[in-house]
Amino acid sequence: MLLAQTPKGSVLIQNATILTVTRGTLEESDVLVKDGIIEKIGKDLSAPKGVETIDASGKYLMPGIIDAHSHLALDVINEATAPITAQVAMADVVNPFDVGIYRALAGGTTIAHGLHGSANAIGGQSITLKYRYGTDNPEDLFMKEAPRTIKFALGENPTRVHGRGKNIQPRTRMGVEAIIRNGFAEAQQYKKAWEEYNAVKDKKNNKAIPPEYNLKLQTLADILAGEIIIHCHSYRADEIYMLINVCRDFGVDKLVFTHVNEGFKVAPELAKYTMGASVFSDWWAYKFEVYYSTAYNSAILLENNVITSINSDSDELIRHLYHEAAKTQRYGGLTDDQALSLITINPAKQLGIDQYVGSIEEGKQADLVIFNSHPLSVYAIPQMTFVDGVKYFDINTDKNDQRLKVSPTEMVEPVYLQGEGESCMHGVEFFTNEEASFNHSH
Amino acid sequence: MRKKSLIIYILLLLPILTYGQIEGEVLKPQGGKFLLKGATLVTVTNGNLENTSVLLSDGKITAIGQELNDAEARVIECDGLYIYPGMIDSGTRLGLVEVGSLAETQDYAEIGNVTANMQALTAINPNSVSIPVTRVSGVTTVLSVPSGGLFPGTAALINLNGYTPDQMYTGFKGIPMNFPSSARRGRWDKRSEEDIKKDVEKAMKETNDIWERAKNYMKLEDAGAELKYYPEMEQLAKAVRGELPLLIEVNKAEDIKNALKWIKEKEVKKAILTGVSEGFRVADEIAEAEIPVITGPVLALPSRNSDRYDAAYTNPSKMLKAGVKVALRTSDAENVRNLPFNAGFAAAYGMSKEEALKAITIVPAEIFGVDDHLGSIEEGKSATLFISDGDPFEPKTQIKHVFIDGYKIPMTNRHIRLYQEFLERSPGLVQ
Repeated sequence: MLLAQTPKGSVLIQNATILTVTRGTLEESDVLVKDGIIEKIGKDLSAPKGVETIDASGKYLMPGIIDAHSHLALDVINEATAPITAQVAMADVVNPFDVGIYRALAGGTTIAHGLHGSANAIGGQSITLKYRYGTDNPEDLFMKEAPRTIKFALGENPTRVHGRGKNIQPRTRMGVEAIIRNGFAEAQQYKKAWEEYNAVKDKKNNKAIPPEYNLKLQTLADILAGEIIIHCHSYRADEIYMLINVCRDFGVDKLVFTHVNEGFKVAPELAKYTMGASVFSDWWAYKFEVYYSTAYNSAILLENNVITSINSDSDELIRHLYHEAAKTQRYGGLTDDQALSLITINPAKQLGIDQYVGSIEEGKQADLVIFNSHPLSVYAIPQMTFVDGVKYFDINTDKNDQRLKVSPTEMVEPVYLQGEGESCMHGVEFFTNEEASFNHSH
Repeated sequence: MRKKSLIIYILLLLPILTYGQIEGEVLKPQGGKFLLKGATLVTVTNGNLENTSVLLSDGKITAIGQELNDAEARVIECDGLYIYPGMIDSGTRLGLVEVGSLAETQDYAEIGNVTANMQALTAINPNSVSIPVTRVSGVTTVLSVPSGGLFPGTAALINLNGYTPDQMYTGFKGIPMNFPSSARRGRWDKRSEEDIKKDVEKAMKETNDIWERAKNYMKLEDAGAELKYYPEMEQLAKAVRGELPLLIEVNKAEDIKNALKWIKEKEVKKAILTGVSEGFRVADEIAEAEIPVITGPVLALPSRNSDRYDAAYTNPSKMLKAGVKVALRTSDAENVRNLPFNAGFAAAYGMSKEEALKAITIVPAEIFGVDDHLGSIEEGKSATLFISDGDPFEPKTQIKHVFIDGYKIPMTNRHIRLYQEFLERSPGLVQ
């Protein structure tokens, strides 16, 4: 498939306080971007001819914010028809017209991991998106350097949807383990069958029949081969520990836990055996599994050397992840660099893209945000957001209505009561008016 | 002999068993006299007072001054610290739900469309785990609001300390009303514009009928008639009479205008608008009607796709600038602790820090008619306040002490205890 060349920009940002995240803070410094890549960081840099210069005196420059858990700009997210649906892919349902993308950019978010929902023990394949808003081609949003990822889900959602909803396994956390083990074991057999066939197929007088191609099993085999990173919906410490053990048994180490509200209880195990935990800043008590959780989760995880990120799982929250990260300074006293790492370099590591993005370093992609004050202050307001050196948000010049298209059949614009937007169980749960505005349902 | 030794054995074991049950310190709210020495007072109503002390006794602020002394008072040194009045969240579900998704713990919505007699105060659980989680943030006082039908119940203002709902109650009740809404309830709400119009007309007719009935009930009651037991109407009659205000939940611009018209037509004596997410579109009309507003959450999506991305952030400031009296709410239950951050966003997006602080202290106190004892640091007011090492809207700031009605609140909760236990887990990793 031919991927269209996405826009790459050049720009010089001058005199900013640069929060590099990985190399400390640089006062009154410049960043020169050429063709979408950070070419130089230093003082008194000059712009080549024709390159725009932005004076960021008194302002703060940080890497574009990365959200490791989002459902924004995905038309549907739950293929809730079987406990394993590894054959479906979010790449097929990306909606580039979602104005939520612009709103996320206005909150400094440049990359989001668009996940399948949490209805199935092994859900669909997810997609890492770069928010290049303005295109009508979904593929322009794909971050093509990003490795493949897939959604898993433990506990209450798969057991409710399949066990209690359809009277098939899994109905318990025992069943969830069994489903995943069965899937992995079947994939091993599938892989073996193909290996046996491939070994003889070119031999003379070979009469071997090729095994039936199965996209679901092939995807699971790719997980076992280390080609796909698992992002697993989870809450309780016991279920987290279970999947760590299953993955260790099958030699899988590309494993990230998401939500992971009780991750703090198994922090040493998460640090040793996984690619970390992607958590909420402070959500709890919206369901029983998160009743015994703590807003200090990030702090405990980070202090135990778990790669930790803070995600949104919400079209609303994705607009102020800098503020969500700041809450770790109230709940656990994290340093500025620790707090910023939660929404930049750490989610980049969990998505396997940290060599390209997640910090301000020469050679990295120029995903950048300018704030009027320190981004961890509650008073901070994003001013400009760049993806690949191209400015997609400018607080001073953008018009108010940022929709790319308006439905020709829409006579009256719909007005919505303020709600949560997308969440993990979208399309599976029914909620009433009050519940939509008061409750999370992740 | 054997029996005797058994008794001795049991007696020896008793204290061990007793203490074994309550290992570790038990922290309880403490009453008494306190002298908060040498702080910066952010009084809200009389500016900031530097290097000033506050004496708390009998649940009240009894003295404010530079040279205060009291031999009986416990002294808390406040050098470099700030004293603020307790923050008030003007719209929550706190105490009415424990675990969001569990029906067994949802006590905010009764069955029926007209249930104004349902008392939030009855269902508020003083031992909700969310209460200690909330109050250590400096949020000391919340309005707990039932929801659901047209007149879902009676809301109550509570302080976040006490062992019974009556101990928590702090002087205000109001009757929420869901004004017929022409907005969509969510993305899943696919009704046609025509159907929405019909639904609103039907709901409006029902509202008017009920209001008329409540009016008649009041007239008959005031005339001394012997009335059949009709608790919903008895409660609604209080709103007609002006004894209790109506908390009118309304969000879409057009609905707000209709609500203002309705308030005028029906000669509603005391009305407060709540929600008001599109208030900025009709701010002048609200100001002209002189109806106070409770709005929030500030951290919310715009109601229309064509709206500027920060429509919800700037809504409070736009109403304030038009002359509307604005208080803020989170609409939350377990995360009411985010109230200061909602105020911080409102401040950043045009409201100013001072006005945003007022919107969660003195303004709601005035709207609820409890400014005689809440909402500012003044002599004679309730000792309901907190001490911080900086601006409480900034996430980095730590809240050091909280007082509610003179009680010094333990600065702990389950979130903090889990942190203490698991920061350095033992045993750690066993390979």
